[in-house]
Amino acid sequence: MAINWFKYSAPTTFYGLAGKLIPWFATSSVILAAIALYIGFYVAPTDAIQGEFYRIIFIHVPASILSMFLYLIMAGYAALGLIFKTRLSSMMATAIAPTGALFAFISLWTGALWGKPMWGAWWMWDARLTSELILLFLYLGFIALHASIDDPRRADRAAALLAIVGSVNVPIIYFSVKWWNTLHQGSTIKFSGTSMHVAMQQAMFTMLVACWLYAIAVALMRVRSIILERERNTTWISELPEVKL
Amino acid sequence: MSLDIWMRENPLTYIWLGSYAVAFLIFAIEVAMVRHKRKITLQQVRLLRNVGDDE
Repeated sequence: MAINWFKYSAPTTFYGLAGKLIPWFATSSVILAAIALYIGFYVAPTDAIQGEFYRIIFIHVPASILSMFLYLIMAGYAALGLIFKTRLSSMMATAIAPTGALFAFISLWTGALWGKPMWGAWWMWDARLTSELILLFLYLGFIALHASIDDPRRADRAAALLAIVGSVNVPIIYFSVKWWNTLHQGSTIKFSGTSMHVAMQQAMFTMLVACWLYAIAVALMRVRSIILERERNTTWISELPEVKL
Repeated sequence: MSLDIWMRENPLTYIWLGSYAVAFLIFAIEVAMVRHKRKITLQQVRLLRNVGDDE
């Protein structure tokens, strides 16, 4: 039997679906994060050059990847909302922005903590670091711009334009280590292979999946509140069991 | 300078407190804020519904 996926693009049906999915994503995220921490701290060996400090990568790399991907997803949803005027797309973009900003902040924070013992400095005006900082400002700009306009539809359109223009920054972050002579190291994991120990890879990828599941769970939780807020005058909202209580 | 020496003597504590504890605290605050927002929104929607019923 074919599933009509388009019906889930309506807030009425998506609200219930999101509510059912959140516990699964949240629980899986916690379990996988615990497994990743166990592998990262008890199974993965100490690095020959960086010593124990390299273990920051198990949160730093997933946070950096998430900050970039979430921005592209946010910009994608914002573009869909702008072009097709789909209500849920704009709501999803608004819901993703704070989580993306937090991942960008965690990426910069953990990077600084790694930089101090390795480079001798918390911060350098390096291409990778600076472009990631710009990404954080883009997220904050999106959130601030959206919050500053009272009419949600107008706020969606204005913030969407910023998100779409800002997405140019994502490839700049990724390729910055290739385009410029940066202090930040290049990619350790490439399509051609990696020199990383298997346990290190397992810890990093498990944490990456855990972060993905967390981001989805939180974005779904947030979008449910946004749906409630924006659709509060509709009949289907007033008939929800949690509203009738 | 003293922080430099401390971090090199206690690298795992430095990593745990500095990055993992901070990251998990941020996640916990985010979840708490999202839950709070939902609670407030639900209260507003219920209030609106009750006002509509009274009219």
